[in-house]
Amino acid sequence: MVELMNKTNKTETIKIKTPSELIGQSTPAVDKRSVFNTKNFNLWYGDHHALKDINLDIKENEVTAIIGPSGCGKSTYIKALNRMVELVPIVKTNGEINYRGRNILGASYEVEELRTRVGMVFQKPNPFPKSIYDNIAYGPRIHGIKNKKILDEIVEKSLRGAAIWDEVKDRLNQNAYGLSGGQQQRICIARCLAIEPDVILMDEPTSALDPISTLKVEELVQELKDNYSIIIVTHNMQQAARISDKTAFFLNGEVVEFDHTDKIFSTPKDQRTEDYISGRFG
Amino acid sequence: MKYIDDTVVMKRMKSRLKYNSLWKLIFLIATSLALLTLVILLVRIVTQGSGHLNLDFFNNFGSRFPDKAGIKAALIGSVLLMLIIAPVSMILGVGTAIYLEEYAKKSKLTSFIQMNISNLAGVPSIVFGLLGLTIFVRMLVLGKSLLAAGFTMSLLILPVIIVASQEAIRAVPKEQREASYGMGATKWQTITRVVLPAAIPGILTGTILALSRAVGETAPLVVLGIPVILQFLPDSLLSQFTTLPLQIYDWAKRPQEEFQYVASAGIIVLMILLVIMNSIAIFIRNKFQKRY
Repeated sequence: MVELMNKTNKTETIKIKTPSELIGQSTPAVDKRSVFNTKNFNLWYGDHHALKDINLDIKENEVTAIIGPSGCGKSTYIKALNRMVELVPIVKTNGEINYRGRNILGASYEVEELRTRVGMVFQKPNPFPKSIYDNIAYGPRIHGIKNKKILDEIVEKSLRGAAIWDEVKDRLNQNAYGLSGGQQQRICIARCLAIEPDVILMDEPTSALDPISTLKVEELVQELKDNYSIIIVTHNMQQAARISDKTAFFLNGEVVEFDHTDKIFSTPKDQRTEDYISGRFG
Repeated sequence: MKYIDDTVVMKRMKSRLKYNSLWKLIFLIATSLALLTLVILLVRIVTQGSGHLNLDFFNNFGSRFPDKAGIKAALIGSVLLMLIIAPVSMILGVGTAIYLEEYAKKSKLTSFIQMNISNLAGVPSIVFGLLGLTIFVRMLVLGKSLLAAGFTMSLLILPVIIVASQEAIRAVPKEQREASYGMGATKWQTITRVVLPAAIPGILTGTILALSRAVGETAPLVVLGIPVILQFLPDSLLSQFTTLPLQIYDWAKRPQEEFQYVASAGIIVLMILLVIMNSIAIFIRNKFQKRY
């Protein structure tokens, strides 16, 4: 009962930040450096031309939201950024995606190297069927860290970073599957933080979560952007408006509009963007 | 306007229900027949064989006299054979399954290989015996040895192990692999740390069931020319040996009635061995199975 009350208290403290507040925070004082600069990028699944001539310049320490109706290519695009899309055998690409100035599609770029710097949080929480500790330590371990002390520190730091340390610190050895869906997703975010990435890609991270867990993840995204660049795919326009600095609107594999979030939602330039955000389709 | 007339429905109700119970009865008889056969088999073997099941039976070698006939050489031969088959077939089988599921690109060649593995699982065991005779006994000059028989039996159960392992590997959700790749893990790290730990219960269950098939197999060993009776224990991988099914076969075909009882005792030992192996498989499956 006490636990339950604590929980309800916590949820009350979560404040939803309005778009105007967010924009106030994010107006850049100096020009930010680019993390992902996509130039004339095309992608095909077999014969299906899924992404057409994408040009996007994503800056560091910002939250960039990608919105659009189902099947518009937004998930495909974000998966191209860490080359996860290559797990589908029939994918072909051309063009350039420059990560910090280097083309990740180039032959010399190892995916393992890229994915160490560009972490990903998936649509469905996908912890390993291992203990919470082993889940978080997975990344550091594959990169060769064996020292128990260092691992302990990374686990604590990552769990604190994902705002879930207090909830799980007494049961680090329990299976991560025993947690609720929202907790599992924050474990996955912590697991992603543990490899100390530069960019975090989030592919509809809250679509499988209840509203309270969704708010927690959204608040977390706000905290994380001080240290990380975040690119988040969402089909929830309110979410994009709440948490992002910039928004890209995808439609039928093309970028229709990419601008500051407040501009996209208040004065879109393109009629299709306006139709979409006002709920006329999608 | 109603299409379904209540009076007609009620009139037909009785015959429908009768028909329903008739089919239930037919299926029940089918099940009972199988059970009945098993019970008759067990009762007959136990009543005939239990008289011969004593310490001497386990300590004696084969003999012309039913009273002195024992199962020592055959039991130890079967266990040793299993110890060769298990690692050989598992390493080859799991390796093939990992290659086909995780590494090989989908192409005409891989689907051709896949199809042939499934076909191999249906090839009669005596054909594998002929293969073993040609390659291991004659070409590689291993003779009628433990090693030659172990390799032949490994080939025999290899397709079953490959298919079972492939299914276990395929059952690991793709989200688990994505999580691992997404953190910069290599394919090998993902296989050893995520895929195999989750697939091991399925792989082991399939392997143990395949092994118990190999333990009960006779035909390939007959083709290889493995002796049915031995008066000594094998002392190296290249020595001669015999196995439980062969020994039982030899006893069963002898004219003296007393040997039929000895054969029954041998069957009891073989069945206990198989029950133990299957229990281990079930235990592993229940203990380590993970649900997603």
